[in-house]
Amino acid sequence: MKFIAEIDVMPLKELLDPQGKAVASSMKNIGLATIEMVRIGKHIHLELQAGTAEEAEKILQDACKKLLVNAVIEYYEYEIKPA
Amino acid sequence: MKFGIVIFPGSNCDHDIIHVLRNVMHQETIELWHKNPLPKDFTLDDWIILPGGFSYGDYLRAGAIARFSPVMHDVVDFARNGGHVWGICNGFQILCESGLLPGALVRNQNQQFICKNITLKVANDNTSITRGIPKNKILTIPIAHAEGRYIADKKMIDQLLANQQVLFQYCDKNGAINQEANPNGSMHNIAGICNDSRNVFGMMPHPERAAEEALGNSDGRLLLESLLQNALV
Repeated sequence: MKFIAEIDVMPLKELLDPQGKAVASSMKNIGLATIEMVRIGKHIHLELQAGTAEEAEKILQDACKKLLVNAVIEYYEYEIKPA
Repeated sequence: MKFGIVIFPGSNCDHDIIHVLRNVMHQETIELWHKNPLPKDFTLDDWIILPGGFSYGDYLRAGAIARFSPVMHDVVDFARNGGHVWGICNGFQILCESGLLPGALVRNQNQQFICKNITLKVANDNTSITRGIPKNKILTIPIAHAEGRYIADKKMIDQLLANQQVLFQYCDKNGAINQEANPNGSMHNIAGICNDSRNVFGMMPHPERAAEEALGNSDGRLLLESLLQNALV
């Protein structure tokens, strides 16, 4: 059975995100000074085969913990559903 | 004793360190292609060096994919058995990603790729690569990275400082460690660390790019000379 996962990987909240900061500071240059804060992460779209929803979630978490996310600097959230 | 230099797809300082070890330091140096296991004749007297570069294009995170290259399984075992492993720049990033060194290297605070000479202070002069450096010597060694800002949680930073695992800190020309002398925003100006057992070393500066008088700077050679002196003891 095919599952589709959408994963958001973000820099830990306590960490400085220089990329987000640079983008936030440029907002005033385009007349959007009310945008006070920007933080930038990654969005990962993933498709996988698994027997059950539980198995699919386990595979997804394994992928996040082993490769997709570095827990020293990032956290993640995801949604997974049958294709 | 010999040196094995791991070559990943995207390594680009591999031949710099090979040249310095072979032609300047006159050491037996072999190339280790990342897809092959460690050669059988590799012993705990030998050193593995993970060179600088952009392994796997820095995709996902710098060093994240190289960590799963076939050779890394053997490199991790080698280090866990007490073998010496030294990561320079991208090699340092790979060692952090693989868990052989604590913490992580993230985007420079100013968002830019920085390529310039910086000055360094030796924080622990009692390791294989620092013991031979003259006391109070301020080293001038180039950096060339976009992801060199060393970070770790407070508990780990405290542990690194208490265990004297910090090897090098960015400093100004007079040796003062301050924010002005911090090129990338690293916590505590950390430029290089070692593990608790002092057999795994990682640093962002490139000693192999400053190891010959012809290049106008041979401060980097002090680290290699130190290493060789210690190996001969």
